[in-house]
Amino acid sequence: MEVYDLLFFVEVLIGGLLSGVMYSLVAIGFVLIYKTSGVLNFAQGAMLLFAALTFVSLVERGLAVPLAIGLTLLIMVALGFAIERSVLRPLVNRSPMTLFMATLGLSYIIEGAAQLVWGTQVHGLDLGISDVPFEIAGIFISTFDLAAAGIAAAMVAGLSAFFYWTRIGLAFRAVADDQFAALAVGLRLSRIWGSVWTAAGFVALVAGLLWGARLGVQFSLSLVVLKALPVLVLGGFDSILGAIVGGLIVGAGEKLAEVYLGPFVGGGIEGWFAYVLALGFLLLRPAGLFGTKLVERV
Amino acid sequence: MTLFSRIAGVAVAATLTLGTAAVQADEQHFPMQSYRVGPYAAGGTGFFGGFIDYLNLINTRDGGVNGVKLTWSEGETQYEVEKGVEVYERLKGNPGIAAWNPLSVGIAYAMIDRITQDKAPLITINHGRTDTTDGRVFPYVFPLLLNPYSETSGIVNYVAAKEGGLDKLKGKKIVVLYHGSPYGKETIPIYQLLAEKYGFTLSQIEVPHPGNEQQAQWLQIRRERPDYVVLRGWGVMNPVALKTAQKTGFPASKIIGNVWSNSEEDVIPAADAAVGYTAITTQASGAKYPVVQEIVKTVYDAGKGNLDDKKRIGSVYHNLGIVNGILNVEAVRIAQKKFGNRTLTGDEVRWGFEHLQLDPARVEALGAKDLFHSINVTWKNHEGDGYVTFQQWDGAKWNVVSDWIAPDWALLRPIIEKSSEAYAAEKGLQLRTGEDAQAASN
Amino acid sequence: MAAQTISLPDSRFPLRTLLWPALALAAAYILVPAFATTYLLEAILLPFLALSLAAVGLNLLTGYCGQLSLGSAAFMAVGAYAAYNLNLRISGLPLPLSLVLAGVTTAAVGTVFGLPSLRLRGFYLAVSTLAAQFFVQWVLTKFGWFSNNNPSGVISAPRLIVAGFSFDSATGRYLFSLTTVTLLTLFVWRLVEGSAGRNMIAVRDNETAARVIGVPVLRTKLLAFAVSSFIIGVAGALWAFTYLRTVEPAGFNLDRSFQILFIIIIGGLATVRGAFIGAAFIVVFPLVLARTGAFLFGGVFDSGVLDMSQRIILGVLIILFLILEPKGLSELINRLATRSNRQRA
Repeated sequence: MEVYDLLFFVEVLIGGLLSGVMYSLVAIGFVLIYKTSGVLNFAQGAMLLFAALTFVSLVERGLAVPLAIGLTLLIMVALGFAIERSVLRPLVNRSPMTLFMATLGLSYIIEGAAQLVWGTQVHGLDLGISDVPFEIAGIFISTFDLAAAGIAAAMVAGLSAFFYWTRIGLAFRAVADDQFAALAVGLRLSRIWGSVWTAAGFVALVAGLLWGARLGVQFSLSLVVLKALPVLVLGGFDSILGAIVGGLIVGAGEKLAEVYLGPFVGGGIEGWFAYVLALGFLLLRPAGLFGTKLVERV
Repeated sequence: MTLFSRIAGVAVAATLTLGTAAVQADEQHFPMQSYRVGPYAAGGTGFFGGFIDYLNLINTRDGGVNGVKLTWSEGETQYEVEKGVEVYERLKGNPGIAAWNPLSVGIAYAMIDRITQDKAPLITINHGRTDTTDGRVFPYVFPLLLNPYSETSGIVNYVAAKEGGLDKLKGKKIVVLYHGSPYGKETIPIYQLLAEKYGFTLSQIEVPHPGNEQQAQWLQIRRERPDYVVLRGWGVMNPVALKTAQKTGFPASKIIGNVWSNSEEDVIPAADAAVGYTAITTQASGAKYPVVQEIVKTVYDAGKGNLDDKKRIGSVYHNLGIVNGILNVEAVRIAQKKFGNRTLTGDEVRWGFEHLQLDPARVEALGAKDLFHSINVTWKNHEGDGYVTFQQWDGAKWNVVSDWIAPDWALLRPIIEKSSEAYAAEKGLQLRTGEDAQAASN
Repeated sequence: MAAQTISLPDSRFPLRTLLWPALALAAAYILVPAFATTYLLEAILLPFLALSLAAVGLNLLTGYCGQLSLGSAAFMAVGAYAAYNLNLRISGLPLPLSLVLAGVTTAAVGTVFGLPSLRLRGFYLAVSTLAAQFFVQWVLTKFGWFSNNNPSGVISAPRLIVAGFSFDSATGRYLFSLTTVTLLTLFVWRLVEGSAGRNMIAVRDNETAARVIGVPVLRTKLLAFAVSSFIIGVAGALWAFTYLRTVEPAGFNLDRSFQILFIIIIGGLATVRGAFIGAAFIVVFPLVLARTGAFLFGGVFDSGVLDMSQRIILGVLIILFLILEPKGLSELINRLATRSNRQRA
């Protein structure tokens, strides 16, 4: 019996960690934008919905999958630059709260447009990854979640490579370090922001496809941001590493809490547990695990 | 204000003229608080599409109900309560209103006081507040065919039938996976009651809204090794439940969905994880029924169909809309027999609903044999003893896999009365009598 | 007094600031009950009043004190459920008193969730107010006691009787709501004009500097959370009792919090009247848009397409406002008024 209980604990833990990877995936999109422009981009969820919906609709209209991915990516690039041009540029130097509100407005626009163009139907999305679990020593592990974790890892590696070895990546890091210094040495902020929003669009596409395969492609897809926000708080808004570690902690924490704490209070605590966890944690470290400490100006 | 009301008036008039040539002819009006966008758009377009298609059929084929044309107007609510209230206040001035059909528990709740004051029937087919079944306390509210308690009993009776009788339930283990909302929690005491009565082990597990993560819940289920899982889901929670079940190795054929987990939209996103999944319904899906065929012929072939996607004809929500149309129209017809073939008041249509008795022969005459079983509404019983059936998803469509099953109404009635009487006491209402119900005001 | 005129542009024209609200109030008390249709009352004015009050509350916290909160809807829910339970469980408790006590309950809850503000800033704080949003909803759904063990968890509002007079009609509920909103707005107005308001602005503008010049930062922040939650709680009770007359926890979701945030942004941060102008815009504008849309294109597109376009237009407007009129409608009106004054002179 005790062995069985231990196995169950491990199973919950692994399941939680794998779910956590899915949260990180969404959170990374936020981090990219926050790091360079200090915006908490609430429209990330809408972008995720838009990307997944565009992809599915293109495939349903008979496009080959690689072509559909390419086209969707192209649309996300266009969207990224359009946002930079029409929203960020006019709002440059405004307070972070204003920018946050603007992304709320943006999420209205993107959600509305996505459904206006592609309809409100619920779509299934099959990525061709089987979801039959396999068993190791009595523990069930989801093939799909493992594959998703692999894809997420590849994506993070790709992004890191991009930021470390390309000129635009270098510029990106310069802006992230010190916006004014970057401007002073003649970096073009608008192009960097455009690229960052494009990168966030790419992350949205990957996350949208993986989440879409889990949930079906529908309006509720945009709600996954609510799972990513506590991850951000925990890991720090401006750290990719933080988003990953935060995701793992949140995923494992909320599953273990639901299974072991839930029964004592009636269950269903996952919805807020991550937030309370993050909140408790913040009281100890106000800038998250890996976030940059705020320096007070006098 | 005057500008508003003028715009409103013009807008309503414009909508009306679409449905009919706006002469002084007798008309019966159906205001619709529809939702064609937002998270539940798929259900809304199907249901209101089916409802409008049926009204169209009656107008085109029969020239209305005994010469009284049917009209309707729509207001978008996105399933939000306050938008539903706004649409109610906007449309309630339309002449000749027969009944309100919001298909939303929240909106229905907010309307109970208002429609009681305005004396117009409120139809909450297959859902709604359970104790509105008691017509003594709620004269104008009709949870037609199936209230949440009957649904619970129907599901348990189906499991019993599968196992070979109610006595075979003893020692079985059932897990109810419910949505973490008032809707999801409503049947908790009923499952408990039935578990005690029939001796099965019960475990009820909550999934927090919106339900896009269920790993923890399904691992718990797998540990408990139940014989059946009842899915009392909502929106995105349903496909995720089926997917996560597959992920944790629980067979879909042992999962039984409730009435909000029974549509194509609930299973299609889950793809092959949904094959073999069974769900309760009051109306079979498919387009083979004569009334659906007539709608295709008369309405869709004339280019007047309401669904954009003809593939959705005969889908679960579309057929629910059609059945809802049949029940509304027949209530008007029955009331006309008493009050004359003219535009009726809301209270007169209420009388019609309280005499809405369609036996299987009448259902067949309406072209709906096997689409739904029968209904038997009285002034006391506003649900009308609807039968349920079960259908299984084969990856492409739903197939009926059971007979028509009767829930245990007699067992549930006292619980319902207790709740409605408590409501009457809280609100200081007098219980209605049979004579009150006979009278109908103009 | 000099400091006050600098920090609060509203009081630059003392006569004007008093004149217009007085005229508006007179119209609200005399003209509206005499002429308004039930549609205007039920579908526009009642939600407008409740949302305005909630916005006044949030504006105190976000506009004046600079603490971004995304949990307003949760505090509205606390207020609504507290008022319901007080009214239900303490027999003979006068309705106004149960509203006040509901506000006090909400203030207590709000202060607890405001505690992190002592350590956290900006988005970290905003996201942690989401904890309130989800936790409160969970508690209210989870424990049947809050909804008097109603099987479906939905409460229905009691009759509105004050000192023997029934306020159950549409006009009655409107007057009840209007009076509550007026009194609380006056209270907030007094507060922000006084030293507490100056302290809040100091904390918002530069917390460290405020601390240096001796502003009690801790107390100011908690006071802002408490008073703001009090107001929002009463607004929630009004929303439940006078407007919808039924409440389910899901009605107080995150979208409602955002809606209130939009109101103060569009209306104008750190102005009392901004809350009212913003609420009028948010309540009325979508209706006008829907009506004209249905009127112009009703035959061509179905309601879904129209609604989607509305959503897009609303999003565009929010962004346009942020770009072109960052201080909100309130400032726009100020400018128009100044210009017309100049022309007159």
